[in-house]
Parts: sequence; structure tokens; C-alpha cells
Amino acid sequence: MTTPAPVELDEPASDLDLALEDPWVTIVWNDPVNLMSYVAYVFRNYFGYTEEKATELMLAVHHEGRAVVSSGSREQMERHVQAMHEYGLWATLQRSDSV
Amino acid sequence: MRPFKRRRRGGVVATFEPEEAHVLANLASQVVELLRDRNGDPEADPDPLALQLGMGGPSLPPEDPVLRRLLPDAYGDDAEESAEFRRFTERSLSSAKVANAETLIRSLEAGGLGQSDDAGDDLVVEVELGDVEVQAWLRSLTDIRLSIAVRLGIDTDDDVLAVAESEDPAVQAMSDVYDWLGYVQETLVGSLG
Repeated sequence: MTTPAPVELDEPASDLDLALEDPWVTIVWNDPVNLMSYVAYVFRNYFGYTEEKATELMLAVHHEGRAVVSSGSREQMERHVQAMHEYGLWATLQRSDSV
Repeated sequence: MRPFKRRRRGGVVATFEPEEAHVLANLASQVVELLRDRNGDPEADPDPLALQLGMGGPSLPPEDPVLRRLLPDAYGDDAEESAEFRRFTERSLSSAKVANAETLIRSLEAGGLGQSDDAGDDLVVEVELGDVEVQAWLRSLTDIRLSIAVRLGIDTDDDVLAVAESEDPAVQAMSDVYDWLGYVQETLVGSLG
């Protein structure tokens, strides 16, 4: 079992800026099973996001059906997707310009 | 069940009725069996290095819808990339899920599952989870809930209500278990602050 250390991220100006700079993104998709509290917990715990940011992303997943939760290199995004799958969240990666 | 609470020092604790603990352990071992049917027993693998490197794993998504949900495609829009990624990672993901379920079962056993008192009655099961166990429980409870949801045909939020109101007693019973597992997980997440 892997428990990666939380990653400290600089607060981006906006998700859009991030998406333009980084070639790949991790997307988490809504599902009717995962608890809202759990999804927010995963975003806080795994990505090291603040409570506010984690809740915002969780609500975006819930209301819009999906949200970009991270962006960066393809290898990083593959690691994130694998970790999300271990948590039981439904996640995929793709090129940021195809979002 | 007495819901999860954080102890002032150390881990989180909860108490399960004997039948509840049996159901939980049983569901966790069903997930283990399902994953092992596809990816084998990692401990019995003759080449642990190959396993660790994720070499030679399956590249096609599972046919069983439950396994497909537990081991989903990584590239939403590219089946070829998904197959390649799956070949190198599915086995380690599957082993991690097996290990999480086994940790959950071990916690229940350590808490008294399967033991009875002097009068022959099954003991109430008290689990105390440290940080490592908490992470395994969170993930394993999720895998169990995902598995049940697929079997119940829960694809949308409305389906959750529909199965709860089903006239089929078997569906209703499974739906009750599903709701209860959600409660268990909610109290576990809540206890983590």
C-alpha cells in the first residue's frame, strides 16, 4: 500500500492558467457512490489542498460531473490517477488542451 | 454499531455487533476473491520483481462490471494508452486493494470477530485503528460500497433512492447494507477531523 506524502502546491492564479502551462491533467468524475465528505478528505489528504480548495473541487465534481484536480507532467498525472483509483475515486488523465 | 470516534490519544475506535462485523468481513473477503480471480494471489507469484514492476499484467479491461469499476481505465479517451497503462499498473493496484481489505478483516479479528464469551455468545467487536489501518479501512469500505453499487445497478443519484424503495426483498436487504456501509464510512471520515 502506498501513502504518498501530501504535496505542497503554490496557489495557482486559476485552474485555467495551470491547464495552459501544464501539458496533462487529472480529472475526477462524479459518481453516485462516493461520499462528499470522503472525496473532500481525499483531495485534502492526498493532494495536500486546503479545506476550502478541497471542498470547492469536491463540489465542482458533484455539480458539474467532473473537475480538473491537478495538472503537470504525464508521469505525475499517471501517479495521481493510480492513487485516485486506489482510493476508489473515478479518475482519468488526458492532455490539458483536450479538456 | 457505535460509530467511529477519535481517542484523545492515538487512533479511532468503533464497536460493531457480531453480525455487523461478520457481514463486513464477509464483504471484504468477497472483494479479495474477485480481485484474486483476475490477478492471482500476489504471495504465490513466482516472480515478485516482475510483479512489483507491474510487468505482464492484463491489458484488457475486466469483463466483470464490478472489477471494471474497481480497476478503471486511466485514459478516458484513449483505449490504447489505457491498455498500456493497465498492463504496467493493474496488478499493483489490485494488490493494494487486496491488502486494504485484508487489513480491514485483520482489524475485525483483532477486535474479537469470531470469538465468544463464556456463555457461548459472540463477542461485540471493538476495533481500534491507527493511521495505517484508517487509510486501509477508508479505501476498503469504498471498494465494498462500489462493488455493491454496481451489483445493485446504481449509476445515478436517483438509483440510490430507487433501490431503497425496491419491492424485491433481496435488493432491499442489499440496499440496507449499502446504506449502513455509507454510515460507517461517514463516521470514520468524520472522526478524522
